[in-house]
Amino acid sequence: MSDTPIVALRRVTKTYRMGDSVFDALHEVDFEVHHGEYVAIMGPSGCGKSTLLNVLGCLDKPTVGHYLLGGKDVSSFDDDALSEIRGAQLGFIFQSYNLIQQLTVLENIEVPLYYQGIGAGAGRRKAKELAERVGLGNRLHHKPSELSGGQQQRVGIARALVNEPLVLLADEPTGNLDSSSGAEILELFDELRRQQKTIIMVTHDPDIGERAGRIIRLRDGKIEEDVRNGLS
Amino acid sequence: MASLDLHGLAVLFSFGKMRRAVALGFKTLWLHRLRSFLTMLGIVFGVCSVIAMLAVGEGAGHEAQEQIRRLGSQNIILRSVKPTEGQRLSSEQSRVLEYGLTYNDMRRIESTLPNVKVLAPGRIIRNHVFYTTRRVDAEIVGVVPWYAGIRNLRLKSGRFFSALELEGHVNVCVISENVAARLFPFLSPLRRNVRVGSDYYKVVGVVEPELGVGQAATSAGASNGSGYAPRIYIPLTAAKSRFGETLMRRSAGTFEAERVQLHEAIVQVARVDDVEETAMIVDRILARERRQKDYEMTVPLELLRQAERTKQIFNTVLGAIAAISLLVGGIGIMNIMLASVTERTREIGIRRALGAKRRDIILQFLIETVILSGTGGVIGVIIGVAIPIVISHVANMTTIVTPWAPMLAFSISALIGIVFGIYPALRAANMDPVEALRHE
Repeated sequence: MSDTPIVALRRVTKTYRMGDSVFDALHEVDFEVHHGEYVAIMGPSGCGKSTLLNVLGCLDKPTVGHYLLGGKDVSSFDDDALSEIRGAQLGFIFQSYNLIQQLTVLENIEVPLYYQGIGAGAGRRKAKELAERVGLGNRLHHKPSELSGGQQQRVGIARALVNEPLVLLADEPTGNLDSSSGAEILELFDELRRQQKTIIMVTHDPDIGERAGRIIRLRDGKIEEDVRNGLS
Repeated sequence: MASLDLHGLAVLFSFGKMRRAVALGFKTLWLHRLRSFLTMLGIVFGVCSVIAMLAVGEGAGHEAQEQIRRLGSQNIILRSVKPTEGQRLSSEQSRVLEYGLTYNDMRRIESTLPNVKVLAPGRIIRNHVFYTTRRVDAEIVGVVPWYAGIRNLRLKSGRFFSALELEGHVNVCVISENVAARLFPFLSPLRRNVRVGSDYYKVVGVVEPELGVGQAATSAGASNGSGYAPRIYIPLTAAKSRFGETLMRRSAGTFEAERVQLHEAIVQVARVDDVEETAMIVDRILARERRQKDYEMTVPLELLRQAERTKQIFNTVLGAIAAISLLVGGIGIMNIMLASVTERTREIGIRRALGAKRRDIILQFLIETVILSGTGGVIGVIIGVAIPIVISHVANMTTIVTPWAPMLAFSISALIGIVFGIYPALRAANMDPVEALRHE
């Protein structure tokens, strides 16, 4: 593992104001993730998992504290700069796949490249290559509605990989899938991990936690426990 | 913040990216074909009504102006009119009613005003004109040869009579087209003799019908020919010697005679700029010598100005109506785009998560509205140019599509796309990505 962490949170607090009451969704969260790590974030619902993922995904800013992504402090970036970071350095995988319905498989995979201004030709080649890698080489011109849940999630993963991100952020990627297609998706993640991709995954499923090299448990916006199970 | 980004749009987006954004816009709109089509209709109707209305207005105005222009913009036209009963003075209870412009009047005008020429003094007599058994009720007009030039009469065939024929009191005549059509439906009228009263006149030419002086002002735009009096033109000298100066009319047991020296005269002013002032002076010269108003004065230049003003008002009103219909179209587009933004909240969230900046979202929605209004504009221009053609064929009206009308209509429609697209686009761009992603 390299020395500079890919992701570093420094005493990050996220405060929400609801009417008069104020509550911390995250309270002084502090951790680092290094290159090639596969981290599972677990905890009961309402513990701040989603807020944490939003902060990590540069969709939300910490109220207090610093977030260093690849060594850069992004907590003070403006909206445009954060969009740029999301497009160039992060890969999102969602529970409900979040594919754009009117676009084909290939076009969906291309979207992040499009916003980085990468030319249509190069983008198309790259997208095709990734579609084949996740096993959808024969479904390139299908619409999401013509695919099974497992296939849609593969498109989601291909899309997350297309910009060669620093870190993959997955939000319950198997939450909407039956167990067999869920297992296939998890195998894909194992494969990615062998390729030294950095993965942070929010999950409920303890089995998935087992596969990850490290588990961070949250409770009431604080890190309750941070364990490495020795596999990494 | 997002609105500031708009400045850089053109610079920041490469051509390739723009092209793909436009392609995406077409694709998205094609997905909701019916909705897009219905939204576009508002603009289509707006644009085609602008063009069609302007074409009809322009055509009507043009025709009226053309008629007036042919009366001659340097001319002041004087005409004798019979005084109304109330104006006739009791002292003039003679058997023969004497009124109208006199040769004396003309001499006075010429000697007082150095910059005018009194031309084409004419006499007008209403009578029947015969050719064999055919008959037309026409105005017999005694004129000088150069009358044709001053009044811009257009010869259809033959010639106007000459100065020599004027001097010789020769019985020749030039007839207007509508007279020719009725007397000679199947023959060429040239060199044939028509009869007026007991005299025969040889037809030497045919001219386009001329608008009566009083009619020019009222029948602006009338083009069906009813405004044109059937006329035959004979040399002034011939008119004088054949008809004399006293006209008799018998009707229902009463007997009326009137004596008129000149029925019509044209005062031509050297410079167009002086026309209005000269008209005032001529009016004063004529009024000084008479106790009753037995003439009327028409200044084509004034009529022309009036017609121009009328056309301007007409165009303004039409423009306002058209602008309202375009506005309605624009509001329709905005309405649909706002609905579309709400419907696609999730998509906006996804795109933002995948790296779309606010201006990317603005561009995407703005392009859609501009495509809607632009396509609507193109269809509107096509229909709008076609409508006047149909109108002029079916209703036999002059319509003129000036090149700037379609251009104006189209650019307004494109502008409307931008103006009414900005608010929905900004709304889309200012959504919180986290909220948008959570949206079901």
